[in-house]
Formats: sequence, structure tokens, C-alpha cells
Amino acid sequence: MFQRLPNASGERVSFTIDGRAAEALSGDSVAAALIANGVSACRTTPVSGAPRAPYCMMGVCFDCLVTIDDVGNQQGCLVRVRPGMRVETQNGKREIER
Amino acid sequence: MSDLKPRYDLAVIGAGPAGLAAATLAAQRGLSTVLLDEQRAPGGQIYRAVTQSPVRNPSVLGSDYWHGADLVGPFRDSGADYAPGTTVWSVARSLDIGLSRDGAARVLPARHIILATGAIERPFPIPGWTLPGVMGAGAAQILLKTSGLVASGNVVLAGTGPLLWLLAWQYLRAGARIDVILDTTPRENWRQAMPHMGAFVRSGYVGKGLKLLLEVRRKVKVIGNVTSLAAEGDGRVQTVVFRQGDGAEQRLPADTLLLHHGVIPNINLANATGCAQNWDEAQRCWVPTVDGWGATSVEGVSIAGDGAGIGGALAAEHRGRLAALDALHRLGVLDRDARDRDAAPHREALDKAQRGREFLDTLYRPAKDFRVPTDETIVCRCEEVTAKQVRDAVKLGVSGPNQTKSFLRCGMGPCQGRLCGPTVVEVIADARGVSPAEVGYYRLRPPVKPITLAELASLPKAEDEIAAVLHH
Repeated sequence: MFQRLPNASGERVSFTIDGRAAEALSGDSVAAALIANGVSACRTTPVSGAPRAPYCMMGVCFDCLVTIDDVGNQQGCLVRVRPGMRVETQNGKREIER
Repeated sequence: MSDLKPRYDLAVIGAGPAGLAAATLAAQRGLSTVLLDEQRAPGGQIYRAVTQSPVRNPSVLGSDYWHGADLVGPFRDSGADYAPGTTVWSVARSLDIGLSRDGAARVLPARHIILATGAIERPFPIPGWTLPGVMGAGAAQILLKTSGLVASGNVVLAGTGPLLWLLAWQYLRAGARIDVILDTTPRENWRQAMPHMGAFVRSGYVGKGLKLLLEVRRKVKVIGNVTSLAAEGDGRVQTVVFRQGDGAEQRLPADTLLLHHGVIPNINLANATGCAQNWDEAQRCWVPTVDGWGATSVEGVSIAGDGAGIGGALAAEHRGRLAALDALHRLGVLDRDARDRDAAPHREALDKAQRGREFLDTLYRPAKDFRVPTDETIVCRCEEVTAKQVRDAVKLGVSGPNQTKSFLRCGMGPCQGRLCGPTVVEVIADARGVSPAEVGYYRLRPPVKPITLAELASLPKAEDEIAAVLHH
């Protein structure tokens, strides 16, 4: 659970998480935007199906893999959230054609 | 990527303090220079989002953080090209750089390359560290710097090292709440660190560090001498289980557990380039082998900053300038005497910035029980391999981390060993009863970050290359 500091500045960005409307700040990475919206797990692992959430926030751990605008296996912490972006949590392996 | 030139005198990889300082000095002295960085804005992790942080109150992140802006300004005026959002996946001995940007790959040749890939948090494997709600203290600090986000509910910090205390201080400044800090600094570290105390007292850090520690200790409950840690929960962390000394197991409610036990060099790119490396016993990590200018065993490739051994942010910028001066010398712009003369003030500043480092390295060296985890602990997060599986493989004759790859897939997931390598080395060394120096490290190969076939296929091709495939 994370919350935004009351005086954090920035423009609001509207995007979707698994089809639901969500809001972020313009400087947020996709991983930060998921955390800000209370998303507990952003994916399940291909090995055991265990839930995972962002761990390092700097492109190292690959636990924040999500599907962004229909492209799977994106490192959510390295992509800036953009207006209208469609972010989907990812179950297991990346799907073919996505 | 039309904004990049076809080739450069100098390519610097990583826009933290070392990379910014190196690129700035080189461009000011007339080298055609490019700074390639994976992040979208300059600063590296230490000065992450320094040009655009939503946390506008300067007293929250502290003046050491805002110093990063003093590096970005001169860099912007230096004439160096800047390529943010660029992933470097290969550096060849031919000094050709394989990179990807916005889904398209290209190969960029340079005459000299400075790797400034910085540090990563030392993996802190405990039972349950893969549960959502458990993350690195460094990760929490990035969320604060980039997004003004702080952990809420029951927040527990655990581990050792300056960054853990700095994050606690910044959280308090921001008005965030911390339930408790579980300090895992081993008691005996104090005794071992004492001989290095003199140099530390003469360093600039002691006053600042003490003030910060006292402020945190005044406001947050600190439980010291923590000797075991685990995270438990159904689908996410709910409880932190720990022991103090050899006392009974204690349990704390937690919505967020922030782990930290120091930082280590991010060596993946240097390793895959073929740079020789050595085991650093004081910092308990593998480090690329460099000379006083940051030059590696690979001709034309240097390393500046924490990527060549942890020295901290201030040391990193001076190391960046020294590496840049040496590049100027190697490329024929400065003769040896001019290089040495111009380097003198930076060398002096570097010595000052590194004073007291042995004290910090010794005091905050993580306990063996946390470096060599218990059997049930997941070591490789990607492939979900436990410490017991690694130990069993050693019993079957596995002598080093490269064999665990073929036995267990350990280290073969997308993170390419970044989150398991240091632990696998420690576990194997412990099981074999030898030094990690004897065990070695993963032999890494490009691409050091996953790239798609489509990105590879997008590489520009020459006519003869196309002909070679079409008419073979």
C-alpha cells in the first residue's frame, strides 16, 4: 500500500488497468502508476503462478512485467504512463502475438 | 534515432553522477560525445528525477540529492548528445554498441566507451521476499523521488546500510509513518570497523550521518541485532517474522516491508563485454578490474563510478572526470603530462570523497546468515530456485554458478542473474568451504537485456549483408 504525498505536483494522466479507468501523475512509470492505484500484484509467474509486484523500480528485477497497449513482457518501471494507455496485468508467460 | 550521429569519439553509458560528469568534461574538451541512458531523465538512481521530481519541498529529499541538478545543468550546456530511454544490450570489443530505443535497434560505433552503469541493491533473499508488498528500500526511494509516493499502513524497514537510514529520514521529512526499523547490522561489525573510525571521523560524512541517525532513532522504534527475517502472507505480505540475537521468534503486522543491505556494482554489461573482474572481500561482491583511470582489460572500454566498485555519488563524479581525461589522452587530444596535470584536482577530490569508505564497508557488511540464506528461501526469483536446490546441486558436483544454470535454470530468467548471482556465489562458496573468488561468477553474454526478434530484425543492413542471405 502506497499513497501520494498531498503536495505532490504534476499533471493528471488518465489510463486503464485491466479495462478499468485509472489516474496517474505525468512523471509516473507504469509500475508506479499501478502501485499508486492500489494494484497489489502486476503479474503471476510462468513457473508457479505466484503473484508478483514491482521489487526494484529500476529495470533490474523484471518483476513488474505487464502488457502495455497489447505488447506483453514490458518492464513497467521503464515505461512512462501516457494518456489513454491500456495496461494489463500479465498471467504467466507472454502470449504469442502479444 | 536520426538525432544520433553515425559514430562518436566517446560513448558514455549511464546518466548518473559518473556518466554525467564524464560526458560533460569530454564534450567540453571537444570530443564528439553521446550519453546513452535507459531512464527517461538524467540523474541515475541517486539523483533520480532530479529535474522533474513532484516532491518540490527541498528539505524532504535533502541537499545531497539536489546536488544532482549541479551536474545536469553543465551537461546540458556541454554539447554532448543525449539519448534517454535507450537500452544498451551489447558492447563489443570492436567498440560497437548494440542499443534499442522505442522498439528499434541499431549498432553505434565509438572510439572509446565509458561504462557508468552504477550500482544495484544487493539482493536480500529471505523467506517470502517474492511476496507483493516486499520491495527494496531503494525501490521505495525511487517511488518517492519520481512520484511522491510513500508506503502507508504498517511499514517495516529491515536491513543495514546508509541508504536504509537515509530513506527513513526522508520518509519522516515527508510526513510518512514507519512502524519499526529492524536493524540487522551484526554486533561484531562495530569492533571490526573501529580501526577505520579515524578516517571516517575526518571525512565529511560523520556529522551529517550522525545527525540523520539520531533524528531517525528519536522518532522511530529501532530493534537492533536482528538475526533472522521472513515475510509471510497470503498473496501479499501481512506479517514480518524476526529474531533478535538468539531470542524467540517475534511477529509484526506489515503491509509493506522494505529490505536493504547495501549496494553492489551493476556489472552485467562489463562482464558480457569481457572485462576482467575480481572478488572484493571488503565489499563482498565481484568488481570489474580497473586501473586508476577506470581502464578495464578491454582496450577502449573504461568504467567510472560505482560500477567499478562502490565509492558513493561524490566519488562517482570525480571518477567520471578521471575516466574522461584518460579517454582524451587515449584519443590523442591530451598528452600524458597534460592528462596528469588536469587530473590532479579531481584525484584530490576523489581521495577526499572516498575517505571513511572502509569504515562504512566494514560496519554495514551484511551478516553471513543473510548472504547465505536458509534452504527454503528462493534465491533465483525468475526461475524460483531455492537455496536448497543450489546446495543439492553442489553435492552433485556443481562447482560454480555457470553450472547451476544448466542444472537448475538458476540465473537464466529475464533478470539474467542480477537478483540471484551474488547469492548463488555465496551459497556455493559456503557449501564448498571456499572463497567466492574461487567460485567465480556467471559468464554473461549479450544481449544483457532481453530484446525481441523484431528489434533485432530492425537493425539497418548493408547491401552485401542482404545479398549474403539471399544468394547463399
